[in-house]
Amino acid sequence: MTKQHANWSPYDNNGGTCVAIAGSDYCVIAADTRMSTGYSILSRDYSKIHNCKADKAVLSSSGFQADVKALQKVLKSRHLVYQHQHNKQMSCPAMAQLLSNTLYFKRFFPYYAFNVLGGLDEEGKGCVFTYDAVGSYEKVGYSAQGSGSTLIMPFLDNQLKSPSPLLLPAQDAITPLSEPEAVDLVKTVFASATERDIYTGDKLEIMILKADGIRTEVMELRKTLSECWQHTLSIVLIRISTLGSLCYLELCLKFSCVVNRFSFSYL
Amino acid sequence: MFRNQYDTDVTTWSPTGRLFQVEYAMEAVKQGSAAIGLRSRSHVVLASVNKAQSELSSHQRKIFKVDDHIGVAIAGLTADGRVLSRYMRSESINHSFTYESPLPVGRLVVRLADKAQVCTQRSWKRPYGVGLLVGGLDESGAHLYYNCPSGNYFEYQAFAIGSRSQAAKTYLERRFKSFNESSREDLIKDAILAIRETLQGETLKSSLCTVSVLGVDEPFHFLDQESIQKVIDTFEKVPEEEEDGGEAEAEAAAAPAEQGGAGDQDVAPMEM
Repeated sequence: MTKQHANWSPYDNNGGTCVAIAGSDYCVIAADTRMSTGYSILSRDYSKIHNCKADKAVLSSSGFQADVKALQKVLKSRHLVYQHQHNKQMSCPAMAQLLSNTLYFKRFFPYYAFNVLGGLDEEGKGCVFTYDAVGSYEKVGYSAQGSGSTLIMPFLDNQLKSPSPLLLPAQDAITPLSEPEAVDLVKTVFASATERDIYTGDKLEIMILKADGIRTEVMELRKTLSECWQHTLSIVLIRISTLGSLCYLELCLKFSCVVNRFSFSYL
Repeated sequence: MFRNQYDTDVTTWSPTGRLFQVEYAMEAVKQGSAAIGLRSRSHVVLASVNKAQSELSSHQRKIFKVDDHIGVAIAGLTADGRVLSRYMRSESINHSFTYESPLPVGRLVVRLADKAQVCTQRSWKRPYGVGLLVGGLDESGAHLYYNCPSGNYFEYQAFAIGSRSQAAKTYLERRFKSFNESSREDLIKDAILAIRETLQGETLKSSLCTVSVLGVDEPFHFLDQESIQKVIDTFEKVPEEEEDGGEAEAEAAAAPAEQGGAGDQDVAPMEM
């Protein structure tokens, strides 16, 4: 008899995808609202985005939502302490460093959270920071994390032409796209990811940060695995049933004729 | 009280059952400049007199935000007050984190009082030399508490602590019955008038006082100099008119122009 291995895990993956794009004076952060476990859906309306209220910094995280929630709470408390000590709100780069430190603090029992932090930096330019589960982070022009990231990231690379960080002189990673174009790109990218990633779908929550405030948009996404095919299949079935068995015979005959024609040509 | 042989240690009782060190700590509160608190059913106002060490220095901050729904005004050893404010902030943040709801004011003052009591029963510690007026709003309404160095706390409708606070207390005693139903504006006006009582003769200017408000749908915040000066102008003109009317009005008009940019920049940039 083989040895029984422990089958309890402190982690679970609730799926979902998060994307952020930085612009010259705006930042777009988006995430789907599907929360799942295994092959089941837990919620179609769960927000993965957290407004840090830190002078325009918004955190979006996919992964294990219990850890995400805990992480958001810790950041909120740490931000309050900062406000008391410095008499002002944290800037986005400061929040980025804080998030990195908070994640590394649990290096040996990590937060199972894949984060994307978006906001406006001290000059008002958009900035996006992307993280791994233990706090390694980088300032980038755009990023995708979560179950659909492998589908989305190559497309964003293609569209947003981020120059290599190895090039000198160092070039800005900010996209030259306008804000409506960036929002459109995000919607397109999520619609595509929803098609092939079962963990992404239901609704898309988009937050657009600009100097004058934050705007939220919600867009519907595909809810089921095969919504389109179900639709066409149902039409065909209805047609067949209404026309009755005569049509079925006709169809069969027609089909056989075609087959005959083909077989005749081969002969 | 005079010096006696039972006042060296905080852990020594006197034959008459008093702890002199604790009582001396309460005297320290009276040395600080005045701080005043008043509450209505829906709002709490905390006000303090801005005293600077010398003409060269900025004044010390005496009112601290603990949370959106709690503020504290201190009188006495400001260093002790700063440390206790930091403790209150930390308690409030921890409570919000654990219970996802604001810390009820009554719970906070009990913890503060217990912390103060510890210092009255350890031979290697000394009592905190600061009195705290804790004002806050929670589910059970608006509250104002006074925490002593002795570890006692009391709830008040209105109270004043610090030097020359008796004058303010007399003023408040005359008016406190109406405070519960007061509007926010009347409450602020009464606070500034109470401050004026402690100044005893000095002309009241907005640079001399700090006023803070919190209430239902209104998180804790400080009033800016212009708003304070506006309230002062509504009643300062009355006694001035009895003297040389035109001159006094010109003075009052010049005052806001001077204090326009002052505000919070005058306060020493302490950690809090």
